[in-house]
Amino acid sequence: MEIRKPAMAGTLESSDCQVTVEEGNGRIDFSLESSVIHQYGNQIRKVVYETLSDLGVENVRIAIVDKGALDCTIRARVEAAVYRSAGQMDDLPWGGAIR
Amino acid sequence: MNNPNKKRLRRTMMFLNAQKPGLLKDPFLYGPDSIMLDLEDAVAENQKDAARFSLYHALRTIDYHGCERVVRINGLDTPYWREDIRCAVAGGCDSIRIPKTESAGDVRLVEEAVAAAEQEFGRPEGSVLIMAAIESARGVMKALEICESSERLFGIALSGGDYTKDLQTHITGTGIELMGARQNLVIAARAAGVQCFDTVYTDLNNMEGLREDVETIHVMGFDGKSIINPRQIRIVHEIFTPSEREIVFAEKVVREIDAKKAMGIGVFTVDGKMIDIAFYDGAKRTIELAKASGVYKGEL
Repeated sequence: MEIRKPAMAGTLESSDCQVTVEEGNGRIDFSLESSVIHQYGNQIRKVVYETLSDLGVENVRIAIVDKGALDCTIRARVEAAVYRSAGQMDDLPWGGAIR
Repeated sequence: MNNPNKKRLRRTMMFLNAQKPGLLKDPFLYGPDSIMLDLEDAVAENQKDAARFSLYHALRTIDYHGCERVVRINGLDTPYWREDIRCAVAGGCDSIRIPKTESAGDVRLVEEAVAAAEQEFGRPEGSVLIMAAIESARGVMKALEICESSERLFGIALSGGDYTKDLQTHITGTGIELMGARQNLVIAARAAGVQCFDTVYTDLNNMEGLREDVETIHVMGFDGKSIINPRQIRIVHEIFTPSEREIVFAEKVVREIDAKKAMGIGVFTVDGKMIDIAFYDGAKRTIELAKASGVYKGEL
């Protein structure tokens, strides 16, 4: 998938995370802000990269502000931001690229 | 189509905003019989898309420990409901709640989309049930046809806020404005053999008011109540779970009717009360409810 326009999903509420995506410079640029970055930073990064890989996104600047989100929430917010950026709301590949 | 979950215990059905991860992660800790993951009114118009992703992953990932997972889709007059169904069925939901149901046709439309989603996502046919929320005067008047519209339909629910608006009145806290709808819905549900659920009680600081409200709908014949806060669960379960005294009496009634029937006796007394065969089903139902609620220790 291609990042067509900047998009954001998620909130700064507890147990959530806010994800921002915009077109990258030919690669994945990842930044993370989290109060638990030392404990869970690597895990959050892993979930984000896996999700982007499942969606086929290779060119993106992605920023995460984490407020203690579970892995499933991180996946959900990354997917929401990417699909918003692509302008797609219907006929989504549940169980396929979204897994 | 014979889904055993059609008749499961549903004393409480707790509303949760599907867009709020903090609410989705552990509601089972409070012990509601069902949770209602809401894609409709609780979710702002510009968050409808994000809520689906949140819902899908919560359904796929979080262990709700046997708590039924109902998804309230957006109304059939919106562009969202079909994708809501695809998302919910793919995620593994147990049931779909249709808002603002006004006819059997509404249920059948959803039924078709649910069946298509089951096929698309490899779920067994008939595994996803449906319930219909009645939120208008027209819906109340069509309650029986709605109740009889689909094999998948396990029940109907009154949604008091929209219904009273349609009736050009408002929620008073006394229940007077809901009397006709409640009576009509529970009669229609019983006639069709499906369950019936009452509307939410919105004053979270008035537990005595909640108790009176639940006692009323319990006596009217409802199966349970929609709730909006875990604090309301204990009172609803207390009223909808048979007491020790009721269970003991029901056991006596069942045993006595079985014994007396063999002896050719039709009418007799149990604890000073006149009993005949008409009491049998009610007593059996009390015991089944006690079993489902986990409080039955007898052997019937």
